[in-house]
Amino acid sequence: MKNNFLINSVRFIILLLAQVLVFNNIDFMGYITPYPYMLFILVFPFNANRSLYLCIAFLTGLTLDMFSNSGGMHAAACLTIAYFRPVALRLTFGVSYEYNAIKLPNVTFYERLVYISSLVFVHHLVLFSLEVFNISNILYILKKTLFTGIFTSILCLLFNILFSNRKG
Amino acid sequence: MQQIINFLIRNKNFLLFAFLFFISLVFTIQSHSYHKSKFINSANFLSGGVYESLSGVQDYFHLKTYNQQLLEENARLRENQSKLLSAIPSFDSLTLYNSIEGQYRYIPAKVIKNSYSKTDNIITLKVGRRDSIFPEMGVITSKGIVGFIEKTSTKYSTVLSMLNSNFKTNVTLRSSNHQGTLEWHGEHPNVMTVIDMQEQAPVKIGDTIETSGKSAIFPKGIPIGTIENFTLDNSKNFYELSVRLFNDMTSLGHVYVIENKDSEEIKALENRDPNEE
Repeated sequence: MKNNFLINSVRFIILLLAQVLVFNNIDFMGYITPYPYMLFILVFPFNANRSLYLCIAFLTGLTLDMFSNSGGMHAAACLTIAYFRPVALRLTFGVSYEYNAIKLPNVTFYERLVYISSLVFVHHLVLFSLEVFNISNILYILKKTLFTGIFTSILCLLFNILFSNRKG
Repeated sequence: MQQIINFLIRNKNFLLFAFLFFISLVFTIQSHSYHKSKFINSANFLSGGVYESLSGVQDYFHLKTYNQQLLEENARLRENQSKLLSAIPSFDSLTLYNSIEGQYRYIPAKVIKNSYSKTDNIITLKVGRRDSIFPEMGVITSKGIVGFIEKTSTKYSTVLSMLNSNFKTNVTLRSSNHQGTLEWHGEHPNVMTVIDMQEQAPVKIGDTIETSGKSAIFPKGIPIGTIENFTLDNSKNFYELSVRLFNDMTSLGHVYVIENKDSEEIKALENRDPNEE
């Protein structure tokens, strides 16, 4: 338990620092800025207390908001994916999720891709809707969600595969 | 009663989600309206400190550019000084000093965080209240205007960038003093739009746009950019100009904060109740 806490704290700090110092400065083609910090919320232990998990996701988003002067956009986006994660897990892994039997390092590449990219797109849709905050720009929001979502998903998948502990 | 408590316990996660989502929506809406995002901003101890140490590293890579900018600015200032000296026939340093010293004071500042790709961009500076920086002071570089101070902490302050949907300032054509309003429609970080320019104004592509000095934030005559394109708007009475900025908003290193010493007096005068007298 203590070990789990330590791993998650370290992951939180490293991912947020990487986001603030490196990825926020990426401005690919003028509007694509990836947000791989959300990997922290995706790989947070599946069996954790639900209320605690929601609060932690909210705080993660709020910390990033503080660094990027964006009010509460990231907080809202992180909260949404934290709330809907069980749905994504059930859709991706089916019945094995109900028995708490899955561990992210052991799933197939395809399942991992579906799980990560589905939540990435939900996160980005909420984030960019709040950022643009104008329903008449819906096409711009969708375009930005699509391209940034692809970029973020690739980065999240890479980090997840590179740093996952297969023995666990 | 029992049922209400049961309902609360059963739906506690959803209620928590709704509550936190509501809070973040409030923060977001505040951040979309100027001067209201009080709590979550990068002018605080933690994020200011992180950005400061990052910009300490990045500065080494930009030393050459900064040097070049300083040299150019020095040359321009020297040129202006010599023009000024030759324009005043009996030059007396004491009277010159007394007549010019007054309205504006320039405070140098370092940019530790710059953003330009969002719809509402904010810049963070490493100066704050202890350097006597206060909200509504203008921020410029040697090449043009940048924005104005939005919030300050003891050591840091945030700037509402020109590239922000809440930014508006009064500008004029250098050649004819016709006025318009400068704003950003969020397309390109080096192109802004001037609206409400009178149809009679002699607008030409390549003309210079500068500040009008009407706003008590920026002094008169700071160059902003050149006209790249212009069209008549829907009412056919006003021009809409797209202006290419002299300033490269994507690479800001050192800026100046302008303190207008008379701003309080001007504001007090403007806000005075007309029925008072």
